[in-house]
Amino acid sequence: MDIVAELLAGSRLALSRAITAVENEYDEATAIMQKLYPHTGRAHVIGITGPPGAGKSTLTDKLAKVYRRQGKTIGIVAVDPTSPFSGGAILGDRIRMNELTLDEGVFIRSMGTRGSLGGLSRKTADAVKILDAFGKDIIFIETVGVGQSEVDIIKAADTTVVVLVPGLGDDIQAIKAGILEIGDVFAINKADREGAERLKAELDMMLDLDQVKTDWRPPIKQTVASQGTGIEELIATIDSHIDYLGTSGELARRRTARTRSELIALLEEYIHRRVLGRVTESGQLDQLVAKIEKRDRDPYSVVSELLNAFLK
Amino acid sequence: MEKRIRVLVAKPGLDGHDRGAKVVARALRDAGFEVIYTGLRQTPEQITEAALQEDVNVVAMSLLSGAHNTLFPKVVNMVRDKGMKDVLIIGGGVIPDADIPGLKEAGVSAVFTPGTPTASIIEFIKSNVK
Repeated sequence: MDIVAELLAGSRLALSRAITAVENEYDEATAIMQKLYPHTGRAHVIGITGPPGAGKSTLTDKLAKVYRRQGKTIGIVAVDPTSPFSGGAILGDRIRMNELTLDEGVFIRSMGTRGSLGGLSRKTADAVKILDAFGKDIIFIETVGVGQSEVDIIKAADTTVVVLVPGLGDDIQAIKAGILEIGDVFAINKADREGAERLKAELDMMLDLDQVKTDWRPPIKQTVASQGTGIEELIATIDSHIDYLGTSGELARRRTARTRSELIALLEEYIHRRVLGRVTESGQLDQLVAKIEKRDRDPYSVVSELLNAFLK
Repeated sequence: MEKRIRVLVAKPGLDGHDRGAKVVARALRDAGFEVIYTGLRQTPEQITEAALQEDVNVVAMSLLSGAHNTLFPKVVNMVRDKGMKDVLIIGGGVIPDADIPGLKEAGVSAVFTPGTPTASIIEFIKSNVK
């Protein structure tokens, strides 16, 4: 039996190995994804993002437990930053989800960002697809929206939940571009802390200023994940977003946009790999760099020559 | 290909101290490994399941409570039973020298006692991981 057949037959080890193959770009990775792709597109993907320490893992843990009680199966991809210096990473989100480890209906995988810029890599999206093909009903992607620009999650998730906590930053933060614009649902976690009401008021103001009027105005829910407060309400809100996506046709639009951006990203990656591979292997790259450095050549004409040679 | 060595750092059993485990986790991170840290008080079942879901190359357990002779071999057997034949399993913590041969016989590849420089753990993993 091959890994894809075993995975589709329900082997968790095969599932785990398939994600590794994709993450490490093993030779068989493309074949695995080719065979799994027809089995994807069934799961609802929920992105959970927000600043470090907002309580995303604890919230994910609690949300997963409610969905489990409803009989749904869960996949979780927990993304943590890779060190730009050593390439290593501490992936510590499982600590908050230990009670889920022995639940057969839950599969948690931690991933390092491994140098991808927007906080998510194509490999994360592929891991989600693998969990989807395995048959998970709900898949969470949990990622750090560190600064204001790590907003890739919106491309991979059907519903994006932005988790915030009181006491971070002043009110200008609420009108900056970036992470606050991508929320379908907002959770103000640790809402028992001072400043929760003010944060809600600021968010409300930001959302009311939004020029793009749709039928979905992102709701704001207050939670205290560590105590399980507000979780049922947050789930109800997520579920109503899922309904909205279906009835408004927005889900179809988002998925078309995602298919398009994934195809473009894949194409870019393959072109990049093949062109660069050829230039590097021939030793041409170093010579060209030397020439450009001496100002014998300029990088703009070099690139256009290389592409012309490759595409003819 | 972008292979990174993935290490599960786990604290099995009833033991409330994980400073040592955190120091090791940090050293492994700085050596370029991906470290999945599970936190305190893990059962062998939880450690095994986390190792499977995370598809790690190494399971590194730390124990200060004295239950290593029971818990370490239990994890070795459970991990092997799940089909993870290649995973390197190592242990550390307060472990009497007299217990080390028995643990090795049970399938724990190496045991690092207090005072071991983190560099030797890194070196051991690099030369023995499959």
